[in-house]
Amino acid sequence: MSAAVQSLLGILLSAILTENFILVKFYGICPFMGVSKKTDTALGMGMAVTFVMAIASAACWAVNELILIPLELQYMQTVAFILVIASIVQVVEMFLKKTVPALYQALGVYLPLITTNCAVLGVALVNVQKGYNFFLSVLNGAAGGLGFTLAIVLFASIRERLDDEDCPESFKGFPIALIAAGLLALAFMGFSGLKIS
Amino acid sequence: MKILIAIAVLGGMGLIFGLILAIASKVFYVKTDPRLEKLNECLPGANCGGCGFAGCGAYAQAVLDGKAPVGKCMAGGNECAAAMAQIMGVKAEKVNRRVALVRCAGYKGVDENGKITGAKMKGEYEGIQDCMAATKVAGRGPLICKFGCLGFGNCTKACKYGAIHVVDGVAKVDEEKCVGCMQCAQACPRNLIVPVEYGRHVVIACASKAKGAVTIRGCTAGCVGCGLCEKICPHDAIHVEQNLAYIDYDKCTSCGLCATVCPKHLIADSEQVEKMAQEDR
Repeated sequence: MSAAVQSLLGILLSAILTENFILVKFYGICPFMGVSKKTDTALGMGMAVTFVMAIASAACWAVNELILIPLELQYMQTVAFILVIASIVQVVEMFLKKTVPALYQALGVYLPLITTNCAVLGVALVNVQKGYNFFLSVLNGAAGGLGFTLAIVLFASIRERLDDEDCPESFKGFPIALIAAGLLALAFMGFSGLKIS
Repeated sequence: MKILIAIAVLGGMGLIFGLILAIASKVFYVKTDPRLEKLNECLPGANCGGCGFAGCGAYAQAVLDGKAPVGKCMAGGNECAAAMAQIMGVKAEKVNRRVALVRCAGYKGVDENGKITGAKMKGEYEGIQDCMAATKVAGRGPLICKFGCLGFGNCTKACKYGAIHVVDGVAKVDEEKCVGCMQCAQACPRNLIVPVEYGRHVVIACASKAKGAVTIRGCTAGCVGCGLCEKICPHDAIHVEQNLAYIDYDKCTSCGLCATVCPKHLIADSEQVEKMAQEDR
């Protein structure tokens, strides 16, 4: 395997499994708990997050490289990235509503929810920390979004089945969901030994 | 000096993004019809899906696009149809109020001698408390009757109006609360629930297509297809097909003659069935 392919695979694998944004890094927990009652809405949320994370990675890379680094303002990354992400989500929402109504119907309700999702900010900051170039940043963003989708869809299907289970009164609803989330996170810890060499 | 640069950069970015957003909101402005909002206000907003659309918003959009007539909303009734018709400038048709009917009277009870009355069980069921799950176990569920209500209340869960409840192991519709959206019918794995005109007092509360002897083995309250109702009906409105009586509501005048001859007291409105069955027990 050539080194380039290896590093690409490594980024994909770590973003989706070993460094999963929700279950390993614990970013973006609010949509993870909030929008995981049904599998189809969870899938919609996951797709929207993937979309936004990829675009936000690209935009934040540009802002960082073209504005912050030349002016030696790296310490303002967090604030600047929040600004960029919030505006981008708004513009994307308006753009979709006008040009691709079908996609807007599918993702529209979730888009405003992601404006301040910490997974999106997290991926932008990770890209900077690891010193990824433009292409790798976008790849990392998209793969992180896929990891988010995987986790939230898995969790939603578990919660759907939990609803049918006979469970003690005091654990019904959120408590058992939190326990299930913890167990799922433990299961994902098992991927931490995975390495592409 | 450095801090000034930082302020200028962030302020500038904010300003630029603000401008971009302002321009984008003009460029990508999507015209929405003011009537859409008014239509949405007319609808009850329960998103029950009884009209056949995904929710009240989707139905309002369909009406606006001319894809659906006004008056499809069962929950809103005539009032809602009239208000929507006024907005759209068309004439409202009368909405015939309909309610759900559970075609099963198989209560799970025991008489004073300890004998089981109503629907009999094959055995104890301890699986997932859900009608769909219960029909999936071997032998099509815990009831002997292959058509009857299992009573785990999938319909109750599906009802957004609190109009259907399991009483004595069989689902019962509260006709006053029911708006006829028929979400319960979709939730019922045995297809027991059908729409019927509101206030219709002659209905058949059984769905068993099994032969009479088989039905009797499973339930004391099932239709055995004896045909007495068919013979007495002066309007040719009730017929037995596949061991089960059906009423043709185009011909039925609700005279109630069939109810007087039914040996199982199945025909009549749910309250009367209950009363007669209690006298019988």
